Amino acid sequence: MKSGRFTKKNGLFVLQLGAVLLLPFITDALLGRGWVRIVDFAMLYIMLALGLNIVVGYAGLLDLGYIAFFAVGAYCFALTGSPHLALAFPQLFPAGLHLSFWQVVPLSALLAGGFGVLLGAPTLRLRGDYLAIVTLGFGEIIRIFLNNLNAPINLTNGPQGISLIDPIAVAGVSLNAGEEILGITFPSVHLYFYLFLAFTALVIFVSHRLEKSRIGRAWMAIREDEIAATAMGINTRNLKLLAFAMGAMFGGVSGTLFAGFQGFVSPESFSLMESVMVLCMVVLGGMGNIRGVILGGVLLALLPEILRHGIVPLQQALFGRTVIDPEGLRMLLFGTALIAVMLYRPAGLWPSRVRRSELEADEPGSTI
Amino acid sequence: MNAPLLELAHIGKQFGGLNALSEVSLHIKRGEIYGLIGPNGAGKTTLFNVITGLYRADAGEFRFAGLRYHHPQPHRLAQAGIARTFQNIRLFANLTALENVMIGRHIRTRSGVFGALLRDAATRAEERACAERARELLRYVGITRPAQTLAKHLSYGEQRRLEIARALATEPLLLALDEPAAGMNATETESLKTLLQDIRATGITVLLIEHDVKLIMGLCDRVAVLDYGRKIAEGVPDEVRGDPAVIAAYLGNDDE
Repeated sequence: MKSGRFTKKNGLFVLQLGAVLLLPFITDALLGRGWVRIVDFAMLYIMLALGLNIVVGYAGLLDLGYIAFFAVGAYCFALTGSPHLALAFPQLFPAGLHLSFWQVVPLSALLAGGFGVLLGAPTLRLRGDYLAIVTLGFGEIIRIFLNNLNAPINLTNGPQGISLIDPIAVAGVSLNAGEEILGITFPSVHLYFYLFLAFTALVIFVSHRLEKSRIGRAWMAIREDEIAATAMGINTRNLKLLAFAMGAMFGGVSGTLFAGFQGFVSPESFSLMESVMVLCMVVLGGMGNIRGVILGGVLLALLPEILRHGIVPLQQALFGRTVIDPEGLRMLLFGTALIAVMLYRPAGLWPSRVRRSELEADEPGSTI
Repeated sequence: MNAPLLELAHIGKQFGGLNALSEVSLHIKRGEIYGLIGPNGAGKTTLFNVITGLYRADAGEFRFAGLRYHHPQPHRLAQAGIARTFQNIRLFANLTALENVMIGRHIRTRSGVFGALLRDAATRAEERACAERARELLRYVGITRPAQTLAKHLSYGEQRRLEIARALATEPLLLALDEPAAGMNATETESLKTLLQDIRATGITVLLIEHDVKLIMGLCDRVAVLDYGRKIAEGVPDEVRGDPAVIAAYLGNDDE
């Protein structure tokens, strides 16, 4: 955008964009390749958190089984993009399906959306704690199904999971091999970073557009007061189902990305703890506020890794041995952080509606 | 021929063994202000909830604007043209005053998910018109604060007015108000009265539940009195005021 005027705001935006685009190289140079992979995972979590934010943050429906949609998307790619089907059903799929990533993305979005409606339909009358319990059960049911559907017919390969998932290819370039573009070598994790960045940008865009729309307002009306919302003529059934479906779609797409990135899926990636983590990202960051949710996602995805990589060397240096296991410490610090945030910033670290506009004068409207 | 806007026939509603409403029949004509009064626990709010679809009547017939409804859902009735306010204010507290009213426009606007994502010309035009109408309504009910003020930060009287603006945004045929003057001082009540008269002058029929008998008597064309879930009197205010059954209901009866 050379034609745009160079204002302070534009300049800041260009700087931020540049920093984000260079992030994998900076991370690689400063911390090593392993950290680029961690950043990639953080992006997946951000997408998940933004998807859950539609359900929890906008429509106010507490969902403790959100990771199930992530699982649906991941297994969707795992089944259609790996040799598993050929091995399990040689007659039906002699060569496996091997759909391309771009075919799987809409498929898993639709499938996950369908599962969202499946979860939403029986829970329409439930709210708060009751809804949380049912969604928790739903999440566990999906995981247990994945864990046990290796007999009588081997659909999911049970606890062993499905491996050898085809790598994601963009414009004919497999992201699993590095690529040299314009003389710069992009390792695989860097390529995945840019793919995830594009999807995250899309998810942010969709969230933002929905938030500032008639649909978004109706969701927030349901969140604020369901009875008043119906009295205003809002069809709460349809809008709740829509929220579940939209949120699930985001989960499904990020699950597909996850499967392609890992090349392997197994049920243990989709435990209740993961649902809780994603929910914590939303709540800790600030329900209903896109920036807050992103912040929550970044913090909660990176902090455990920082601890893992920082605490052991620190203990070694201080005591000469590892006194506390970093896994245990992680949960301790995580719990403490949650309590502190809920005590001192109950609306999240970056809550919605911290608005300057409240202090600004009303825009002049037309006269009657 | 002026058919009634709302017609209730033999409405009954029970909660467990309690007859909250029995055999209540009434009709509200187009363009009138109709008052519903009665002592505490007489079933006013129950009847009101039946009319707005929040409760299902166990018995009786319900007709609105010429159509018969069996088990009307609240959002269907809102679409048909019944808008309501609540006795204990139910605004969308963490949304702005403007957004509250814009949510009232929900059923009169159309854009869906694709409109929201693409934000095409039609959607943008609809959003603009919706916001503009909402601002007009805020001014109309007399809220002078910035439209971006959160609903929960408005004063009590303003919140009551905002509920009316939100209800008006649905373009109702019948505006049903559940104790709109509750907790208001004399000045606020007086300006509410003017507002309601203005609203009626635009052709909207008003149903009013009120404790403030003075307000009811000065404002309503016709009044119905409920006691123990039954309609004991109906008519023009002066008539009803002199009705011995009404006096007995309010002041007690020597025979009991």
